[in-house]
Amino acid sequence: MSEKAVLVIGGGIAGIQASLDLANRGIKVYLVEKTPSIGGRMAQLDKTFPTMDCSICILAPKMIECARHPNIELLTYSEVVDVHGSVGDFTVKVLKRPRYVDEEKCTGCGLCTEKCPKKVPNEFDMGLGMRKAIYIPFPQAVPRVSIIDEENCLYFQKGICRVCEKFCPAGAIDFEQKPQELELKVGAIVVATGLTQVKPTMVPEYGYGRYKNVVTSLELERLVCASGPTRGKLLRPSDNAAPKSVGFIQCVGSRGLKEGGYPYCSSVCCMYATKEAVIIKEHDPETEVYIFYIDLRAFGKGFQEFVNRAKSMWGVHYIRAMPSDVREDPDTKDLIVRYEDLETKEIREIRLGMVVLCSALTPSPENRKLAEILGVEVDEYGFFKSPDPLCLPVDTTKPGIFMCGYCQGPKDIPESVAQASGAAARAAEVLVREVAR
Amino acid sequence: MSEEPRIGVFICHCGINIGGVVRVPEVVEYAKTLPNVVYATDHLYMCSAGGLQTIKDAIRKHQLNRVVVASCTPRTHEPLFREACEEAGLNKYLFEMANIREHCSWVHMHEPDRATEKAKEIVRMAVAKARLLEPLEDVVVEVKPSALVIGAGPAGMTAALSLANQGFHVYLVERDAEVGGMLRRLSKLYPTNRPASELLEKLSKSVMEHKNITLYTSTTVEEVSGFIGNFQVTAKRNGEELKLEVGTIIVATGASVYEPVGLYGYGVYDGVVTQLQLEEMLRDGRIGKPNSVVMIQCVGARTPERPYCSRICCATAIKNAVAIKEDVNPAAKVYVLYRDLQAYGREYEELFRRAQELGVTFINYLEDRPPEVQANPAGGLMVKVYHATLGREFTLPADLVVLSTPLIQHEDAKELSQILKVPLGPDGFFLEAHVKLRPVDFSTDGIYVCGTAHGPKNVAESIAQAHAAAARASIPMASGKVRVEGIVAVVDRGKCVGCGLCVELCRFGAHVMEGGKSKVIEALCKGCGVCAASCPQRAITMKHFTDQQILAAVEAAFRG
Repeated sequence: MSEKAVLVIGGGIAGIQASLDLANRGIKVYLVEKTPSIGGRMAQLDKTFPTMDCSICILAPKMIECARHPNIELLTYSEVVDVHGSVGDFTVKVLKRPRYVDEEKCTGCGLCTEKCPKKVPNEFDMGLGMRKAIYIPFPQAVPRVSIIDEENCLYFQKGICRVCEKFCPAGAIDFEQKPQELELKVGAIVVATGLTQVKPTMVPEYGYGRYKNVVTSLELERLVCASGPTRGKLLRPSDNAAPKSVGFIQCVGSRGLKEGGYPYCSSVCCMYATKEAVIIKEHDPETEVYIFYIDLRAFGKGFQEFVNRAKSMWGVHYIRAMPSDVREDPDTKDLIVRYEDLETKEIREIRLGMVVLCSALTPSPENRKLAEILGVEVDEYGFFKSPDPLCLPVDTTKPGIFMCGYCQGPKDIPESVAQASGAAARAAEVLVREVAR
Repeated sequence: MSEEPRIGVFICHCGINIGGVVRVPEVVEYAKTLPNVVYATDHLYMCSAGGLQTIKDAIRKHQLNRVVVASCTPRTHEPLFREACEEAGLNKYLFEMANIREHCSWVHMHEPDRATEKAKEIVRMAVAKARLLEPLEDVVVEVKPSALVIGAGPAGMTAALSLANQGFHVYLVERDAEVGGMLRRLSKLYPTNRPASELLEKLSKSVMEHKNITLYTSTTVEEVSGFIGNFQVTAKRNGEELKLEVGTIIVATGASVYEPVGLYGYGVYDGVVTQLQLEEMLRDGRIGKPNSVVMIQCVGARTPERPYCSRICCATAIKNAVAIKEDVNPAAKVYVLYRDLQAYGREYEELFRRAQELGVTFINYLEDRPPEVQANPAGGLMVKVYHATLGREFTLPADLVVLSTPLIQHEDAKELSQILKVPLGPDGFFLEAHVKLRPVDFSTDGIYVCGTAHGPKNVAESIAQAHAAAARASIPMASGKVRVEGIVAVVDRGKCVGCGLCVELCRFGAHVMEGGKSKVIEALCKGCGVCAASCPQRAITMKHFTDQQILAAVEAAFRG
C-alpha cells in the first residue's frame, strides 16, 4: 500500500507483535533491538500465568516469524541514536554495533563457544550461570548468530587467543568489524522498550546480596527453567540442594514511599509469584511454598480462579503480612523470616530454605535518553507519557510516535500484546493518512 | 502420490526437555530402521534457525518427499516446520509431527528407559502415517474491505473509527437508540477525571461525521453466515430487515452490572445503592450531602458462583470516594471496606494515596466475616464490620451504603455467541483464541473481540483493546485475501444420503445442505473431524487424517 515504513524500537513480545501486525498488513518494518537477540523478558520466563504455557515455546515461533518475514528488517545489537523530522517523515539514525561475527556467514554451529577459553557470568540467566566470551545468548536466539563480548574477549583485552577464528568452519569471525551507522526513513515509530527488575538492595533488611539463598523472582525464573543454569532443578545457591520450603515476599521496593523504592504497583507480581509457586509444587509437591502479600492482586481474566487453584489444588500458603526482616542461619544458610500475620495479629518467625523477592519492575533505565532522542516525554519513573491516557493510551506526546508494553506502564503479557496491536493500528492510521495527502 | 516415499526423520532434544530423559541418538538410530526412512538426524533445538536449515538441506540433499519432526506440540510449532518444508520445495502437508515432549518426556521424566521406548513408538506411528500423506492446497479466500462492529460503546466506537481511518468501510450496529453504552451512565473517568459525557460527545461526533462509518442504532444482529472475508449479516432495525456484507466482524457488546438483590440490604433500604447508581447520582448531582458513606467491595464477586475479580471496582470506588470528599462534602466520613485492594499499575496507587490523604478510611474485611448492613435506630443505616487489621468490630453509621458489584456478561450474550459461533468462557465473557498471545482474536478467523465483552476492564483499557481489534481486523482486509488451511473435510456426494447429521454436529457451520446432500464450506472448516467420525454412510473424509492414515498409525503402535 504505502512505501512508508515503521520503526519499532525493542524486540520483546510487544515489539514483536507490533512488527508482525504491521508487516502482515503490508507495511515495511525496521525492528531495532539493543541486545544481540530479540525475545526480551518473555524469553527468560519459564512458564506464563494463568495457563502455564511454556513461555519460550509460544514465543519462539513468533521470533522466527519476525526473522523470516519479508517485510521485517531485523537490526539486533543496535541502537537508535538520532531521530529527526515529524509524523509521516522521520529520519532515523541507527548505530549497529559490531558483533565481530559475520551474520551472513555464521551458521550458529556453536563450535566457537565450545573452544573459547573465557568464561563470564551469563546475563540471560541473571548471572547465575556462565557463558563464554563468544556466545549465542540462548538456544532459541534470533538471529542465531554468535557474538563476541569485547569486554571479556582475551584478544580484545590482551591481544592473544583468536581461538574462535581458528576453529570457525564458516570463516565468520571478523575482528576488524566496525560500528555501522544506518539511516532509515520512516513514517511512524513504535516504542516498546519493556521492563527491568530492580535489584532489591533498597530493602537491606531482606538480605539480598548478603544471603545467598535470597534471590529475585527473575533469578528464580531461571532456576526453575529447563534451559536455565540448574537445568530446571530448583537448587538453592548456597549448597545446590533442593530447598524444602520457599517464601515469596511481594511489593519489595514497590507500593511504598521508601527511599530508592517505587510508589506504584508493578501489576504482575502477585500472579507470577502464584505461577512460580505452582511451578515449584510441580517440581516437588513436598516443597512448602508461602506467599507474603499486602493485597492479592488477581484482577485479570482467569487470575482469581488461578489463585484459587494454587490454594486448593497445590496447597500454596498465602499469608497477608509484610515481613519485617530476613535473617540467615549461619550454619544451614536457611532463612528466618519474621512477620506479623495481619489476620491473626501474631508475630511469627518461619524458617525457609529460600526466599524470593518480588521486587519492583521499572521501565528501562535508558528510556530517558531515548525520550530525548525521540523528543517525547516520560514521567518521573521513566514510563512514556500519553497526551491523553484515556483516549489515546498508545500515543506518546509526539504525533507519529506510539508506544506499547511495559514502557507505557505496568502490565502483563496479553495486555502488552493487545497494546502492541493497538500501536500498530495507530501507526497504520498515520501512514494511510500520509499516503492520502 | 505414486512415487515411493522417502521419509526424513528429525528428532529434537529441546535442550534437556526431551534429551534429558529420552536417549535421542538411540531414537535416531531406530528411526533409520523404519520402512521408507532414508534419513534421520537430531538437533538440540529443531525449531531454531539452525535446526530448520538442517531440515531444508536434508530435503534437497536426500530428495525427501515426506518429513517427520519428533519434538513438541504441533499447536505452537507445526506452522514453522511446514514453512521450512515449503521453502525447500516440499508441499507443507507432506509433513508430520510426532510429539515426544508433552506426550512422552514431560510425563515420564523419571523413567528414561521406558520413555525412550515410547518415543520410538511415537516416531514409528508418525512414520507410518507419513507414508500415506498426500499433498494438499490451501484455500485462498477474497476479503471484502468492510467490517461489522457490534456495539457502539467506547470500545466499538474506537474500533470503528480506527478501521474507518485506515480506509475501510464500517457498519457500526448498536441495539440501543443511542450510542455510548456504559459511558452514558458514568460521571467522571479515571485516571484523568474527565467527564464521561465529554468523551462520549467526542467519540459520537467523530463516528457520525466519518464518511467511512454507517451507524445503525436500535439495531440487532439476527443472523450471520459465511466466513472470513465474506460474512453475510442479517440485522433487524425497528422491525425491518437489513442485509450487510462484510469481510470482518468485531464484537464490542460490553457488559452488564450485577444486581445485588438480597445482599447487604439492597432493595430493602433506600440508602443502599450500587457503585453504578452512585456514578449516576454523581453525574446528575443527585447525591445530596451525605455525612457518612460506606462502600463495600466484592459484592457478588470473588465468590464460589462468580469467582473472578471484576478488576475495575476498587479504582472506581476510590475515585468516587475522592469525588465525594472533594466535590460533595469534604467533611463526610467515607469508608471503603475491601478484601484485596486492586490499585494496580502506575496511577491507581497514586489515587489510593490521594484518597488516604483526603481522609478516606480503608478497612480490610475477611471473606468469611463479611460486613452487615442494618437500619440504624438513630436513623439512616449502620454497617458492622470486623476490621481485619485492627482485629476488632466497628459499627459505622451510614447515610449511603454503596455496593461495588462486578461486571457480568449480558444475559443474551449466549445468543450472539451462537449466531457468530464464537465461544464464551467459564466466566461468561467472550473467550479469545489464546489467552496470552491472541488476546483479541477468536479462533474463528475474521472475528475479533474488544472491550468489556471480553472481560472487565476500564475505559482506557477498552480503548487500547479496541485499537488492537482494529489492527487485527485490518490485516486480512488490507491484503484483500487470506489463505485458509487445506486440512478440511470433503464429502463424497455419491455416498451422502442427506441425513443432515454433519450439518447438525458441525459447530463451525461448515456443513450445508445443497441439493439434498451435504457440502463443506472449506473456509469455515476447522478440520476437527467430528463429521467424518459420525457420518453413518462414511461419506466424509477428513483430509490429512483419513481413516487409512490413522489406522496405519494405530497399526504401527500395536504391531511394532
